[in-house]
Amino acid sequence: MDLALSAEDRAFADEVRAFARANLSPATIAKTRSGRHYDRDDHLAWQRALGKRGWHVYTWPKKYGGPGWSVTQRFLFENVLAEEGAPRILPFGPKMVGPVIYTFGNEEQKRRFLPDIVTSNILWCQGYSEPGSGSDLASLRTRAVRDGDHYVVNGQKTWTSAAHWADWIFCLVRTDTDAKPQEGISFLLIDMKSPGITVKPIIMLDGAHHVNDVFFDNVRVPAVNLIGKEGEGWTYAKFLLANERLGIAEVAASKRGVQGLRDIARAELADDGGKLIDDMGFREKIADLDLQLSALEMSELRALSTMQLGGAPGPEVSILKIRGSEIQQRIAELACEAVGNYAMPYQPELLFRDSNESPIGPAHAVPAAARYLNMRKTSIYGGTNEIQKNVISKMVLGL
Amino acid sequence: MDLAFTKEDIAFRDEVRDFVAKNLPKDIADKVAGGKHLERDDYMRWQQALGRQGWLVYTWPKKHGGPGWTITQRYIFENTCAEMNAPSIIPFGSKMVGPVIYTFGNDEQKQRFLPDIRESSVWWCQGYSEPGSGSDLASLRTKAVREGDHYIVNGSKTWNTMGHWADWIFCLVRTNPEAKQQEGISFLLIDMKTPGITVKPIIMADGGHEVNEVFFDNVRVPAENLVGKEGEGWTYAKFLLANERLGIAAIPQSKRGVEGLKQMAKSERDGAGKTLIDDASFREKIADLEIQVTALEYTELRALSAMAAGGAPGPEVSFLKIRGSEIQQRITELAVEAVGYYAMPYQPALLWHGANEEPIGPDYAHLAAPRYFNVRKTSIYGGSNEIQKNVISKMVLGL
Amino acid sequence: MDLSYSDEQKQIKEGVERFVREQYAFDTRRKIAGSEKGWLPENWAKFAELGWLGMSFSEADGGFGGGAIETMIAMEAFGSGLVLEPYLPTVVMGGGLLAAGGSAAQKEALLAPMIAGEKQFAVAYVEKQARFNLADVAVVAKKDGAGYAISGHKGVVYNAASADTIFVTARTSGGQRDEKGITVFAVDAKSAGITRRDYPTQDALRASELTFDNVKVGADSVVGKVDDGHALFEGVIDRSIVALCAEAVGCMDAINKATLEYIKTRKQFGVPIGKFQVLQHRMVDCFTNAQEARSMTLMAALKIDDADATVRKKAASGAKVQIGKSGKFCGQSAVQMHGGMGVTDELSVSHYFKRLTMIETLFGNQQHHLSRYANLSVAA
Repeated sequence: MDLALSAEDRAFADEVRAFARANLSPATIAKTRSGRHYDRDDHLAWQRALGKRGWHVYTWPKKYGGPGWSVTQRFLFENVLAEEGAPRILPFGPKMVGPVIYTFGNEEQKRRFLPDIVTSNILWCQGYSEPGSGSDLASLRTRAVRDGDHYVVNGQKTWTSAAHWADWIFCLVRTDTDAKPQEGISFLLIDMKSPGITVKPIIMLDGAHHVNDVFFDNVRVPAVNLIGKEGEGWTYAKFLLANERLGIAEVAASKRGVQGLRDIARAELADDGGKLIDDMGFREKIADLDLQLSALEMSELRALSTMQLGGAPGPEVSILKIRGSEIQQRIAELACEAVGNYAMPYQPELLFRDSNESPIGPAHAVPAAARYLNMRKTSIYGGTNEIQKNVISKMVLGL
Repeated sequence: MDLAFTKEDIAFRDEVRDFVAKNLPKDIADKVAGGKHLERDDYMRWQQALGRQGWLVYTWPKKHGGPGWTITQRYIFENTCAEMNAPSIIPFGSKMVGPVIYTFGNDEQKQRFLPDIRESSVWWCQGYSEPGSGSDLASLRTKAVREGDHYIVNGSKTWNTMGHWADWIFCLVRTNPEAKQQEGISFLLIDMKTPGITVKPIIMADGGHEVNEVFFDNVRVPAENLVGKEGEGWTYAKFLLANERLGIAAIPQSKRGVEGLKQMAKSERDGAGKTLIDDASFREKIADLEIQVTALEYTELRALSAMAAGGAPGPEVSFLKIRGSEIQQRITELAVEAVGYYAMPYQPALLWHGANEEPIGPDYAHLAAPRYFNVRKTSIYGGSNEIQKNVISKMVLGL
Repeated sequence: MDLSYSDEQKQIKEGVERFVREQYAFDTRRKIAGSEKGWLPENWAKFAELGWLGMSFSEADGGFGGGAIETMIAMEAFGSGLVLEPYLPTVVMGGGLLAAGGSAAQKEALLAPMIAGEKQFAVAYVEKQARFNLADVAVVAKKDGAGYAISGHKGVVYNAASADTIFVTARTSGGQRDEKGITVFAVDAKSAGITRRDYPTQDALRASELTFDNVKVGADSVVGKVDDGHALFEGVIDRSIVALCAEAVGCMDAINKATLEYIKTRKQFGVPIGKFQVLQHRMVDCFTNAQEARSMTLMAALKIDDADATVRKKAASGAKVQIGKSGKFCGQSAVQMHGGMGVTDELSVSHYFKRLTMIETLFGNQQHHLSRYANLSVAA
C-alpha cells in the first residue's frame, strides 16, 4: 500500500502537463479559470488534440485504441489537466457509448464507431430521460418499431446535454410494449441528421443553454444500429450508468474549484478591510470543504484500486456521486458567498458569449451566482442523490 | 399586534417572582442551576409548594381547579420559573393524565384523582411504550381481560419514566384483540402498589436511572378505573400526545441552557490565552443556537396566540417538539465542546448522589458528557422526530 | 401580548394579496421584468392610490400611522408573487431615511410626493471594498462653498435608473472605516457628474453602478446631521432587513406551496413522488424552516422600533440569519424536489430560488449577521 508517486509516475505527470500547456488555448484556459461557459469549438479543439495523442479515450484498453493506463496514470492525467485549466472531456462518446460499443457491440459497429470516438471526430449525446421518465427511467415510452431493416422511432427525450452540438445520439427505446418495463428496452444509435429529429433548447435558470428536448417523429434508423440484442438495452444502460457515476464525482475539477475559491478569497476583502482569506469564519469553511474533498478523493482512489485489481466498480460508487455533487455545489455556494454584493449583477453576454463587455464587479464575480444556481443540477442528474441513496440502501446495506 | 406586557401582566410577573423567591428551596435552585440530578423529594417539595398556591396545574381551567390563566400568564409563569432555576414540573399528572381525566373521566374519577394531582400528593407515571411497540404504539399487546368488576392485566411496559418513584400509572391496554389495532385499546389507571407489578430499572448511557420496565403479572385493576369507554383509549391517547407535544419543546429551559453556555464559555480558556467567548467561531455557534431558540419561542407564541383566539393546538405543534429536542441536544453538544478534555472524567458519585467528592475539572464539566449522552433521548421520546415528521407530512401537508 | 392582526391590517393583507393574485401571474411578471423600466408605472400608481406607499409612515409625515407590521404585511405578499416594483428602495429605504432623519422641508419636498406616487428613490451605499460593513465609506463629500462636492463610486444601487432622488452615504470626516464622519445626502438623480452603468440583477431586478465626479449638492441636501449619519443609516438598513425578511417569507411560502403541489402530482414508479418518505420529511423540513422564518420576521417587526439600539440590532440580525438559513434550505430543496424542472428557467420555482439567493446576500449575508449578533448578544 503506497500513496507515493514513482519516478515514472512523475515523468508521466510532466509529460501530461507539457502536452496541456502546448495544446490548450489561452482563451479556453481563461474560460475555465473564470467559470465561464465553453462553446462547441472549445470542446472540439481540445478533444481533438487529445485524440491525436491517443488520450481522448484515456480510460480505454489498448485493444480499442486507448492508452491502457494504470489507475495511477488516469488519476494523474485527470488531476494535471484540471490543474492546467482544461475543459472537462464530454463523456458521452469516450466514457458512455464507447465502452458500451466495445463491450456489447458487434465487430462492424466497433469498426464503424470507435475510431471517431478515439479522435473525437464526432460528438455524441445521450437519449435517456423522458418527460415522464426521470428517476423511474425504466418507464420510458419512446417507441422503436421494426419495419423491414429499419426501426421507426417516435417519442421524446429530454435533459439531453449537448444535443444541439451532437452528431449522434445513443438512445434507450421501447421495442416491446408487452414485456416487463425493463425487458422491453433496446439500445439504439441514431444519426442526429436523420429526418424527423427536432432539437428544442431548454433554458436553465442561469440563462444557459446546455440541455434540450429531442423529438423523434417517424425517424427511420437502420436496424444495424441496434447494440447487442433487442430487449437487452436495460443491461447496457445499467453498465453505462455505473461508469457514469464514477466520473461524475469530478474530484479533479473540484480540487481546481477549491483552489479557485482560495484565489477569490485572497482577492476579496472582509468586513474589517482585511483579506477574506484571513477571516477565520470563511477560512474554516474552505478548510471544511477541502477535508470533504480529501475524503472523497481517497474513496475514489479506493474504488479505482479495486478496479485495478480486476474488480468491477460496485454499488458503493454511488456515494462518490452523492458526495461529489454536494462538494461541487458547496464550492459554488462558497464562491457566491465570497463575492458578496457583486454576486448580484447578471451579465449574460460575459457568461455565454465572447463579449468585450467589462465586468461590473471583479471578473471572478461574474459567474459566481450563475454557477451556484446551475450547480444545483448536479444532485439531480445522473440519477438523483435520493435515487443513489436508494441504490446504496438496497444494494450495499441490504435494506 | 403587540409584544408588550400590560400593567397587569407585569404585576403578575412580580407576583410569580415573589412566590418563587419565597418558596423555592435554595438547595433545589442550586441543583437546577448546576444542571445536577434531582431526587424525588426535590421535585415533590417544589411541586407541593406550587400546589398549595394552586399553580401546579397552571394550564387547567378554573372549573377543574386550575388558575384559568391566559396564554400570556402561562408564558410569564414558565419563563419566570425557569429563569429562577425552578425544576421542570413533572408532566405525567398535571399535563398528561389530569386533562384526560377532566375531559373524558366520570365525576367519580374527577373527585377521586384530580385533587391529588393539583396538590402533587400522588406521583403519576405513563405506561405507553412496550418492547415491541415504540413508534408503532398502536401495536401494543399488554392485555386487560374483564373478570367481574375487575380487569386482569398482563404484559409489560417500557421506557417508563420515573416509575420507580410513582404511586400510580396510566396505561394503554388491549381490551379487545379482535378489533382493529386502534379500536381495541383502553385507558386504565393502575395503583403501582397492586400485587403483580414489578419495576425493573433501565440504566441509561450516562449511568443514570430514570426509566424502567414495568411488568404486569395478573394484576387486578378495579373496572371503575377505566377512563371513558372501553375501546376508545386510542382517542384519549392522541389527545394526550397533542398536549404533550406543546410542553415538550422546553423553551424556557433551553433559554436557561443558552445562558449557561455563555457562562461556561466565559470561564473556559480558548488555547490562545483568552476565554472561549472571545473565539469568534464558538461565539457564533452560541449565537446561532440562541437564534434557533428565539425562532422556536416565537413559533410557540404564535401557536399559543392562535389557541387564545379559540383554536386548538394543531398538528403544527409537532414541529415544536422536533426543533425543541434538536435545540436541547445542541446545547449539550456545545457544552461538551466547551469543556474540552474535562468532558472525559466520569464522576457518578458526584453526578447521581450529590456526593461531596471534589470535581476533577471545573465544577460544571463533569455534567457535560452525561447530559449530552442523555439528551439524545429527546429526539426519540414522545414520538420520535421521524414519527413527528410523518404526522406533519400527513396531517398538515396532506402527503 | 397579542400576535393577531388588527382589522385594518387584515384589510391591507387581503388587498395586497389580491393585487398579487390578480396582477402578478408568473407570465405577467416575466413580461414586466423584460419591460423598459423592469416594473410597471400603472402598478405603482395603484400602490399610491390604495395607500400602500404611505401606510407605514406617521400621520405627521403624511402617512397613515402604520409601521413595521404594515410594511411586513405588504412585503410578504410582494414576496409571494415576486413583485418587481421598487417598494423596498423607494418606500422602505428612501422613505425610511426621510422619516427617521429628514427635515420638515425634505419631508415636504421628497416624502410627500413619494407617498403620492410621484417620486422614486434609490439608496447608494455599497462600496466595492466594504463588503457588508456600512461604516466602510470611501466616497467623499468635500466642503464646497455652502454645500458639498461628492466623489467616488457606489455599487449595486437598486432602482437607480428609475430614481428621482438618490440617497448617498459619504465621508465628511474621519478615516475610511470610522462610524463617525459619515453623512447621508439626498442627491438629485439628474445632477451633473453622476455616471450610471445600468444592469439587470440575477433575480430580474434593476441596479446600477454609480460614479460621482465632483457632484455638487447644497447644505440642505444633508439628511440628519453632518458626520452623524451612520446611526441613522444603520437604523434604516435594520428596518429594511425586516422588510426584506418578510419578502423572503412570502417567497418561501410560495416556493413550498409549488413544491408540495409538484410532489403530489409528479408520478414516478407508479405513485406520486410525495409518497416517498424521504421527500415527505424534506418537505416537512421546508415547512418548519418557513415557519421559523415567519416567527423570526414577526419578532423582528415587533422589536425593530425598540428604543434600545441593541435590541433592534439583535432583532434584525437574528431574523436575517434565520431567513438566510431557511431561504437557502427551502430554495435548494424546492429545486431538488422539482428535479430537472427545478433548474430550468421555465417554472416559477427557479425564480423564487434566485430571489431567495439574492436576499441572502442583500444587506449582509448569514455570516455577517451571525457575527454581528454574536458580538451583541454573546460577547456582551
